[in-house]
Amino acid sequence: MAEQIIFYVLAIVIVAFSILSVTSRRILRSATYLLFVLLATAGLYLLMGYQFLFGVQVSVYVGGIMVLYIFSILLTSHAGDKTKEVSWKRLFPAGLAAIAGLLVCGHIIFHNVFKVAQVVSTNTDMKQIGTALMGTDKYQYLLPFEAISVLLLACIIGGILIARKR
Amino acid sequence: MSNIPLAAYLAVSTVMFFAGVYGFLSRRNMLTILMSLELMLNAADLNFAVFNKYLYPGQFEGVFFTLFAIGVSAAETAIAIAIIINIYRNLRNINVDEVNKMKF
Repeated sequence: MAEQIIFYVLAIVIVAFSILSVTSRRILRSATYLLFVLLATAGLYLLMGYQFLFGVQVSVYVGGIMVLYIFSILLTSHAGDKTKEVSWKRLFPAGLAAIAGLLVCGHIIFHNVFKVAQVVSTNTDMKQIGTALMGTDKYQYLLPFEAISVLLLACIIGGILIARKR
Repeated sequence: MSNIPLAAYLAVSTVMFFAGVYGFLSRRNMLTILMSLELMLNAADLNFAVFNKYLYPGQFEGVFFTLFAIGVSAAETAIAIAIIINIYRNLRNINVDEVNKMKF
């Protein structure tokens, strides 16, 4: 029962703040709403029992990416700036695409996804995750881990090259 | 984890995804477009974790996919923000319909 209450609170937070985040006309506010959405998603991970994902989501998204966003917003605009009103010519196709997609996906979810009610609750321990991340057998992920590290290196070099002063 | 249906999680992530689609199509500031992109990525990540939990409990494929997707999206965001700040430094503007200097 408690889990259901927590889930519905988090779901309402996610739905409300994700819609506010794309409709708010002040950029800094929409970044803050996005921050709430990301935190509530981290809460859903915790509710599902994935503590490691919760930690990654909070430290990478909330601690890293959102700080980057807020710094770049403050660099590129003034705090009280409002974006221009969205014109109908632009609003109509965007709203149409979003609502049509929402209806199609909602139809598919509620008519074709069979409703799994009971789940075997497995607790995930960190040792299992660690061995799976560092092994080379089947269902182990050393190769993508290394690929990510090369990608991050390329990203660091690219960031320095792009953003340096000439 | 007892009796929250799978469809409830999927409904939440669907709303999040299409809020991102709406923002991606209607916003004109590059940073807000990037934030909408972040919403969509986040919804996809949530879907991976949920399907892993409900359909294959005891395995970790969805968790690791989410993990790597978070890493890739962090890299992508850092590079995109570097490009945007560079554009701002050169053109003093980051609205997508006013940045057209490289068009011809």
